[in-house]
Amino acid sequence: MSEVVLNVSGLQAWYGESHVLHGVDFAVRKGEVVTLLGRNGAGRTSTLRSIMGLVGRRTGSIVVNDVETIGMATHKIAHLGIGYCPEERAIFSSLSVEENLVLPPKVGEGGMSIDEIYEMFPNLRERRNTAQGTKLSGGEQQMLAMARILRTGAHLLLLDEITEGLAPVIVQAIGRVIVKLKERGFTIVLVEQNFRFAAPLADRHYVMEHGRIAESFAAAELPSKTAMLHEYLGV
Amino acid sequence: MDQIFGIPINAFMGQLLIGLINGSFYALLSLGLAVIFGLLNIINFTHGAQYMMGAFGAYFLLNKLGLNYWWALFVVPILVGATGVVIERFMLSKLYKLDHLYGLLLTFGLALIIEGIFRNEFGSAGLPYSMPSQLEGGHNLGFMFLPNYRGWVIGASLVVCIGTWLLIEKTKLGAYLRAATENPKMVEAFGVNVPRMITLTYGFGVALAALAGVFAAPIYQVSPQMGSSLIIVVFAVVVIGGMGSILGAVITGFGLGIIEGLTKVFYPEASNTVIFVIMAIVLMIRPQGLFGQR
Repeated sequence: MSEVVLNVSGLQAWYGESHVLHGVDFAVRKGEVVTLLGRNGAGRTSTLRSIMGLVGRRTGSIVVNDVETIGMATHKIAHLGIGYCPEERAIFSSLSVEENLVLPPKVGEGGMSIDEIYEMFPNLRERRNTAQGTKLSGGEQQMLAMARILRTGAHLLLLDEITEGLAPVIVQAIGRVIVKLKERGFTIVLVEQNFRFAAPLADRHYVMEHGRIAESFAAAELPSKTAMLHEYLGV
Repeated sequence: MDQIFGIPINAFMGQLLIGLINGSFYALLSLGLAVIFGLLNIINFTHGAQYMMGAFGAYFLLNKLGLNYWWALFVVPILVGATGVVIERFMLSKLYKLDHLYGLLLTFGLALIIEGIFRNEFGSAGLPYSMPSQLEGGHNLGFMFLPNYRGWVIGASLVVCIGTWLLIEKTKLGAYLRAATENPKMVEAFGVNVPRMITLTYGFGVALAALAGVFAAPIYQVSPQMGSSLIIVVFAVVVIGGMGSILGAVITGFGLGIIEGLTKVFYPEASNTVIFVIMAIVLMIRPQGLFGQR
């Protein structure tokens, strides 16, 4: 078994008065692709936001590369080698496409070069001089939101709903990117609604409900878990 | 005598110059306000007092420490900017989770306190600050007489305004600033120390006000109320240009200075109100300001 790069245990989180996570436990090993599945409101996005320190308050333990981060300031957490791609993509309209791409500072060694990134996302190369990042199409913005965290040397990627609202052909392209990233040794946590997208990519799956992990199983166990998934995901 | 629109060209050019001078101050001050508003979402009502502190700073350096105008240009913005850093760190930063109104009240209260202290210490009469000897005199341009110091102020504030604009629009640091203005949490999640950036941005905006104060010292009397009389007009400039727009602040600052100056030539009775009339019209037609987005 390779080393654990992310270990979340007993994680509780609040937005103001509202208690959104009620003790989340899961672990991700180096080089794995792991999904967080579940319905809207199950706490998947809140889990990623808690890891980045973007919730109002959090307790429990989040260990990243052997460093406890539960009391750490948000801007320090990224420097442990995490790249975060939020659900809303958060492309900046006052920055050009290329400025968006090179915005995140280096947080580790061995990030991809701009050329490698453009090779992986040829559309972005064509659109790199677009003055407003938000002028890109939804799919291009999604690619940009992923591409910009590949440059930084982050080895743990937290990707939130990266296929949401995108055309099937773009979803397929993103799937191929995930495969390539996995080959390059990135560790990836995927929050996904689209189980058919996530299933062939992931090594292990966690199912969330009511702010905690309800089930976990390896990719190989998938056939025997279909009925359970139908119940949790309503698909 | 040459005339332009039925006005002697000398009088026209004279008022144009005064307009450009006033515009330089409007631009520098509204630039600082725009930078601060962009990132902090706070309308810095202390700005006029900080401009006044800049002028007093130049006065103190000369009379207490014997440091001349050229020293003041560098030292005063740093010192007054440092007081801004302290204000942000220990007061403003406590208010970000509350309604913006609290930031406005705090900065307004600070302005009253600072101006009160200076009035108590130095009275309202105003203190003279002599012009640097290198910039005394002037040049006859043929159509008008240009005092060297005024030419210097116009040129130097243009350079500072353009420099600030380039810093924000063309550098990596500026990209962080623009991104953090849109979505500070996301920029922080990328690993940028946004709280420190906010502190330094406030300090920078305050330093710009102090620099304007140093520029103003030889032109106007150094007096405790010099800021409060100017700042009302500057707020109107910011509203017309569009809150938070850097380029808008600069162009509107110079533009309105000129309009105000020329109004003195063509219809002097309106010269004190023309900016506010324009503000009212802009607010009705384009509430986000001429250069504002949304």
